[in-house]
Amino acid sequence: MHQATTGSAPAGTTQNASPAAVAAPKAGAASPARQGGTGSFGGMAARSTAGMNAPRIAIRGLDFFYGDNKALKGITLDLPDRQVTGMIGPSGCGKSTLLRVLNRMYSLYPGQRAEGEVMMDGENIIDPALDLNALRARIGMVFQKPTPFPMTIAENIAFGIRLHESLNRAEMAERVEWALTRAALWPEVKDRLNSSAMGLSGGQQQRLCIARTIAVRPEVILFDEPTSALDPISTLRIEELIDELKRDFTIAIVTHNMQQAARCADQVAFFYLGELVEVAPAADLFTAPRQKRTQEYITGRFG
Amino acid sequence: MDQQAEHRADRIVKSYEEELRRLRELIARMGGLAERQVADSAYALVRRDSELAGEVVGRDAPIDALEREVDAFCVRLLALRQPMAGDLRFIIAALKISQDIERIGDYARNVAKRAIIIAGQPFLGGVNGFQWMAQLVQRNLKDSIDAFLREDAELAERVWAADAPVDDIYTGIFREMLTHMMEDPRNITAATHMLFIAKNFERIGDHATNIAETVHYAVRGAILPEDRPKADISADLPPSPPA
Repeated sequence: MHQATTGSAPAGTTQNASPAAVAAPKAGAASPARQGGTGSFGGMAARSTAGMNAPRIAIRGLDFFYGDNKALKGITLDLPDRQVTGMIGPSGCGKSTLLRVLNRMYSLYPGQRAEGEVMMDGENIIDPALDLNALRARIGMVFQKPTPFPMTIAENIAFGIRLHESLNRAEMAERVEWALTRAALWPEVKDRLNSSAMGLSGGQQQRLCIARTIAVRPEVILFDEPTSALDPISTLRIEELIDELKRDFTIAIVTHNMQQAARCADQVAFFYLGELVEVAPAADLFTAPRQKRTQEYITGRFG
Repeated sequence: MDQQAEHRADRIVKSYEEELRRLRELIARMGGLAERQVADSAYALVRRDSELAGEVVGRDAPIDALEREVDAFCVRLLALRQPMAGDLRFIIAALKISQDIERIGDYARNVAKRAIIIAGQPFLGGVNGFQWMAQLVQRNLKDSIDAFLREDAELAERVWAADAPVDDIYTGIFREMLTHMMEDPRNITAATHMLFIAKNFERIGDHATNIAETVHYAVRGAILPEDRPKADISADLPPSPPA
């Protein structure tokens, strides 16, 4: 998966996967190439696309404009199913813009538009006719700063669920517990579900936001620098959580912390000035990047 | 990605650049010391110069000390800088190369020790093979260290592929020494030491090859194939009667 950007035909074996293959969990996991690949760190085997699942979201030739300013240029990238895609790059490189495209955040603002294809389940999700509420139930997002609503902990979780589903009281309680458990927050809050979410610590608030996101059972979760406002221990908790969540969700994470990308991500994409410079399995990108600009960025030569 | 001879943008953190430069210098110094040890041990052997051989034996400690310094420095860099990509490969390479050089120093010292013994033994005839072998491994050692310092993957590849002649000579010496031993049992002491010396030079050549492989990985980020050209067949040779 070392193809260097713009418009080039996406390489790899996963591109022609049928929807059935997409649904099959970890389609590539049992392939011999992958087993060989993880063993030889930086070796020839690890260099292949083996180990990447079929794409859950396939981005093809995506351009994005803030008015006249072209912020993304011909992005072609797959988000593999139930794996973590890390996005790195200096400020203004387009990585956060790409996340905003993926859940159509930009549709809130006039003058911003996207062109190209972002295919998910056979639909182009940047099609203006698409139902945004339905889309955002399928693609959830967690932001840089924890954004709990000024409500109780339980209400924070239930709020989003009520927009999409009608559950009875028992079902709702069950769903709230499920979401808080998956977000590794349940043991800490189970005795104070009816107290205000604003009383939680920063790390707890962020996990609450993750619980709120997964409560509506999305397929994809987007994390926009989810730990940049957190202390190191809370950060590790969130990273552990991401590792756990990828069993069920396809994840994209924008981060300024390269070590975090190296720890969390299965594949890492490096963006620069609105272009996708390089995408590769994390072990390859951080040991032997193909592109000079990637090498310079991750070794601290510009950015 | 080929980095050699390419202009590189300046690093944002200057002290990091300084540290990597210092690591490079440590390896250069180690390599220089080891080259001299190999050269002097061969010279002492050929000239039956016990005094020089004694000096070689005494000069191994500074190489060992440098290896420990490189070790500690690399661990520090890994812990404090969290190096990535080319930097990571460079530091790991320095760590491995310093181990290879340290072993090369040990082999040179062993050659010198045996040279002292051989100087008091009957002369076994031609030392051309040893001289030639020592020259080849010296050149490979120098080239592999130069390849590291200049980040020259092509030079590293040439060194990597140039070990076969060393193996050829080693096989020849092995045969020759067997012949000496069969001709006259009084040759056995000297011939056995000569065999070990030949083996030492051959091992030095192997370590130079290891360094070349490491340099190739450091520069290119890809590992060389496993099947290197080899010509040491002494393990398959039956003892043959004297001609």
